[in-house]
Amino acid sequence: MLFEARGITKRFGGLLAINRVDYALERGISSIIGPNGAGKTTLFNVFTGLYEPDAGEVTFRGHSLVGLRPDRITALGVCRTFQNIRLFANMTAVENVLVGMHARVTLGLWDALTHRPRFHEVERGLWRRGGELLDRVGLRGKANEVARNLPYGDQRRLELARALASEPSLLLLDEPTAGMTQGEASDLMALLRRLVVELGLAILLIEHNMRVVMEVSDRVTVLDHGEKIAEGLPREVQGDVRVIEAYLGRRGAAGGSRAAP
Amino acid sequence: MHTRVMHAAAAVAAVALSVTLVAVFPRSILVFLAFQGAMLFVYVARIPGWLRGGLLGLALVVLMPIVGYFNGYYLEVATQVGIFAALALGLNIVVGLAGLLDLGYVAFFAVGAYSWAIFGSPHANLIFGGDVFPLAPGWFYLFLFVGLAVAALTGVLLGLPVLRLRGDYLAIVTLGFGEVIRVLANNLDKPINLTNGPKGITPIGRPPLPPGVPPAEAFYFLVLLIVVVVIIVNRRLEDSHIGRAWEAIREDELAAQAMGVPLVRAKLLAFACGASFAGVMGVVFSAKQIFINPESFTFLESIGVLAMVILGGMGSIPGAVVGATVVTVLNLQVLKGFSLWLNELKNAGVTVFGYSLANLPTQLEPAKYERMVFGIILVLMMIFRPQGIFPARRRQRELAHVQQEQPVVGP
Repeated sequence: MLFEARGITKRFGGLLAINRVDYALERGISSIIGPNGAGKTTLFNVFTGLYEPDAGEVTFRGHSLVGLRPDRITALGVCRTFQNIRLFANMTAVENVLVGMHARVTLGLWDALTHRPRFHEVERGLWRRGGELLDRVGLRGKANEVARNLPYGDQRRLELARALASEPSLLLLDEPTAGMTQGEASDLMALLRRLVVELGLAILLIEHNMRVVMEVSDRVTVLDHGEKIAEGLPREVQGDVRVIEAYLGRRGAAGGSRAAP
Repeated sequence: MHTRVMHAAAAVAAVALSVTLVAVFPRSILVFLAFQGAMLFVYVARIPGWLRGGLLGLALVVLMPIVGYFNGYYLEVATQVGIFAALALGLNIVVGLAGLLDLGYVAFFAVGAYSWAIFGSPHANLIFGGDVFPLAPGWFYLFLFVGLAVAALTGVLLGLPVLRLRGDYLAIVTLGFGEVIRVLANNLDKPINLTNGPKGITPIGRPPLPPGVPPAEAFYFLVLLIVVVVIIVNRRLEDSHIGRAWEAIREDELAAQAMGVPLVRAKLLAFACGASFAGVMGVVFSAKQIFINPESFTFLESIGVLAMVILGGMGSIPGAVVGATVVTVLNLQVLKGFSLWLNELKNAGVTVFGYSLANLPTQLEPAKYERMVFGIILVLMMIFRPQGIFPARRRQRELAHVQQEQPVVGP
């Protein structure tokens, strides 16, 4: 298995945010769905080292990720985007992407100070790749735009380019189509498909746009109240009684008025 | 094209005119300000790079010492500007680039200053016994690096425990650290006399100077050289993956770490780099002053350097230099001149709105306005130009060649 999590549990005070969740993925595009507050983002934060789980084990290519700093996890090849876009707002688009390459830069302080030939060579390579990645996500010609000035959809794309810059084998995307039109969302999914094919990436999505999820995912996992309630092909999950209950509430059940996505 | 020629002519004329004025009126503060203004104009004028570099080089390397020949105090001001410019550039890395608010920065300056003060004066004999010290003047140049290393190490030692803190908390701890260093300097005269306490250390040795060069000129050139090196180092760091990582931390610490930036290492490096500039200048400062005591390293000095960085424009190298110039010249010349002028008015018994200034109570003596005027200037500046005099500009990179080579792969 490329990526495997077993028995993940995470508590915040009295709240059991994640309860003994097992998860594994090998390749392709997988999605995690679930109502608001189901623990999807918390699970992402555990996977990428922002939170340490109270119990459970996370392994990536046989390395344990639990207790590793987020930058080490990124260096190993797991990178992510954020639900509420977290770009480096006052840096240009291409600079944002260059920061994403930080873990792959083999230069040291001394190289930067002395400007050895190698420094220029490596820097040139980084900038070229930065331009390529921007092209790839559809931000051609916007390299020098300051990130905060980009339209919302472009900011999401830029976050994707920045995450790709770290050369991940597993990419975690937290609601990548939020705020996009259906057309933009479909374009983005087509891009993700291409990335999977061309770069051999594995992608894990959190997504609320059901049409997107069902269209693009090889496999869907449903979380509710911090527990995994269903897993399988999009078709199978769609018909699962517990999933429908989680989203729409049990018929006649009092107070079960959680909104559908 | 025409505007370029005009700008070039104006730039040359401004420098030439202001220098002539200084030669004619060597005592006038306004004329010296005009000389500085001319340099600023040369920097912002739309002229070719070689002309800008040439004029600035001429002004700083040739004309400034000549000006200093007419009025030695101007050279002293210029040297102080240089010292503070290096400090502002160092703090600019920590505050401007990495976004770590450091309110005790002058501590590193103190560490550098004391490292030469102790060994460059007979004082070290009190610590080690014997009669070896002061070290020969030539050691000064080695101590530039010792000061750098010791300050950088201090920066790391301070950084290690506090870098988990953010924002306000970091500011408070660094403030405390700055005070700790000053209090240590004040009290480490027993049990072992390391710093000679409030009495300070003197006489501190000066470096061997080339024959025929007066010390004031020599220190001016030394400081100028160091500032140039500091600017180059600053620029190279800023334009590398290290600088980008610092800025990423400033923008969003959590995202930076998630993108692979090792937070602790990057922050420690920022602290160490910033501190090292201050350390070097500390060594120069102690040799230049011959005498140092803890009073040279008060909290107010830290705030002064911070004001330079903010006034000039956070994260901007020209901003830090201009900020250092403005604040130093304000403190040493303009505000002094202002209060002298008010005093003259008072002594001349000038009446304003029927009130004789001679009757002004001593509590309202003009000399006491200096700080207030400085404060007002800072407040006005923050209201009308919060981004600073020369805000950091994002460099526009030419990526055209990349886009030609690449086939369209966008969605």
